[in-house]
Amino acid sequence: MDLFSFRKPKNELESLPDEQQNVPFIPDEMWIKCPKCNTMLLTTDMEENLHVCTKCDHHFRMNAKQRISMFADGDSFVEHDADMESKNILDFPGYDAKLEKARAKGSKESVICGECKIGGINTVLCAMDPDFMMGSMGTVTGEKITRAFEYATDNSLPIVVCTAAGGARMQEGILSLMQMAKTSGAVKRHNDAGLLYITILTDPTTGGVTASFAMEGDIILAEPDTLVAFAGPRVIEQTIRQKLPKDFQTSEFVLQKGFIDAVVSRSNLKDMVVKLLRIHGYGVEEAE
Amino acid sequence: MTAYEKVMAARDSGKLTAVDYIANMFGDSFIELHGDRRFADDKAVVSGLAMLYDMPVTVIGLEKGRNTKERMERNFGQAHPEGYRKALRLMKQAEKFRRPVLCLVDTSGAFCGIGAEERGQGQAIAENLMEMMALKTPILTILIGEGGSGGALALAVADEVWMLENSVYSVISPEGCASILWKDSTKAPQAAEALKMTAQDLFDLGVIERIIRQPKADDKAMFESLKLLVSRTFEKNLAMTDEELTNARYNRFRKLGAGI
Ligand SMILES: [Zn+2]
Repeated sequence: MDLFSFRKPKNELESLPDEQQNVPFIPDEMWIKCPKCNTMLLTTDMEENLHVCTKCDHHFRMNAKQRISMFADGDSFVEHDADMESKNILDFPGYDAKLEKARAKGSKESVICGECKIGGINTVLCAMDPDFMMGSMGTVTGEKITRAFEYATDNSLPIVVCTAAGGARMQEGILSLMQMAKTSGAVKRHNDAGLLYITILTDPTTGGVTASFAMEGDIILAEPDTLVAFAGPRVIEQTIRQKLPKDFQTSEFVLQKGFIDAVVSRSNLKDMVVKLLRIHGYGVEEAE
Repeated sequence: MTAYEKVMAARDSGKLTAVDYIANMFGDSFIELHGDRRFADDKAVVSGLAMLYDMPVTVIGLEKGRNTKERMERNFGQAHPEGYRKALRLMKQAEKFRRPVLCLVDTSGAFCGIGAEERGQGQAIAENLMEMMALKTPILTILIGEGGSGGALALAVADEVWMLENSVYSVISPEGCASILWKDSTKAPQAAEALKMTAQDLFDLGVIERIIRQPKADDKAMFESLKLLVSRTFEKNLAMTDEELTNARYNRFRKLGAGI
């Protein structure tokens, strides 16, 4: 806080840091307010900083495309099964409209899978999309993740999965639930082939994804202040009818409880992944 | 019966629970085994060894309790992580002795609470899914009431899954679904229809292999035919090699939702 922090700002602009007040005119949509420290950030600055607040280090959510470009070297990413799309298999009322609305936001599905180089190392990379129906796991999500693990197993490749999921894709009923078993089977085969699986938990990782592949990595990393839960906080509060402790179910909390290996800032994540790949012997030959 | 009437029947507190099935199928041969060797003995899971005719089997059931006192003790059949870990311990033990595993599922879901989250409910379920998929001994699961989401699936990664005619199996309760999607839990009957959660729906979707007639308490003939059916299935699967068995189990789930 600076010396003048006691002075109540008259409007939002006045509360901006000095260097931003001198900017002549910038349209509203180019500003974004940090939900943690309330600073108005230039969208471009925030994006250049890996979608992290330049003031308080708050990690904004990233969509799947942004995740992929964060990890993949240059334009090395080759997407797999890009055309696979969710269908209303159970004729669930209102689902078609929901899918259409979700696709209009720019993503085709709740996960993007493919192959790329990370620090020069061939790796299978999957990123879930919190923008697409909250990253919920439908049959296409499960199928794409399963295929990614099978591809990694067949080609002796390590795999990195960035998880994000707000719950089950209930419009796909029991078939959505079955994806938990299907993906876990594919993880198990990859595991039994002696290959490395790194999970990166991003906000929010909950429900069936937590109770399947999110918790099955050899190494499980999480971004700071990420919601990591099986049952979400609202469900628990309704069940037990009491308020939950403040930091309950954050990545720092599950670290303390022993369920993840480390909390890593976004700016250090790629370096950490490359280090982990190397320590497992990947990319060593290529480097020589 | 409508889908929602089936949900009500599956939840009916007067119906037989896992301990009734164990008593009727295995009688005095059942030896209960307790504890996950890590934290506690979760009474929502009843498990042990039994003789199915002359075949030793491991039995694991989610038990709701038959009266108020029992229901409190059993936490209404909602297991904590230690319950799923106890189940996995017994499954690994069964694998060691290549003893078939029979799972009886009846739960509204895995317990949602502070302790359950602190002790890794998600991790416990995930580990069961992974390990069951590759378990080198036959697994058969019968849904005898409610099959509530991940908490049911954690005992249902099996070679075959059967359902009683009045049991249900769903990713979410119809009430939960209606209140999330339509902000109106009184629309649960419509949600139950839409979710396709009855035994017949699941059979049509290829998620289960068999629908079993609903037994009554003294239905000796019914339990005898159920025993026969279970033992034939175990015999058939025991004859497979480990690789054939686990491949078949993998492919059973692999095909679900793959026809995109
Ligand atoms: Zn901030």
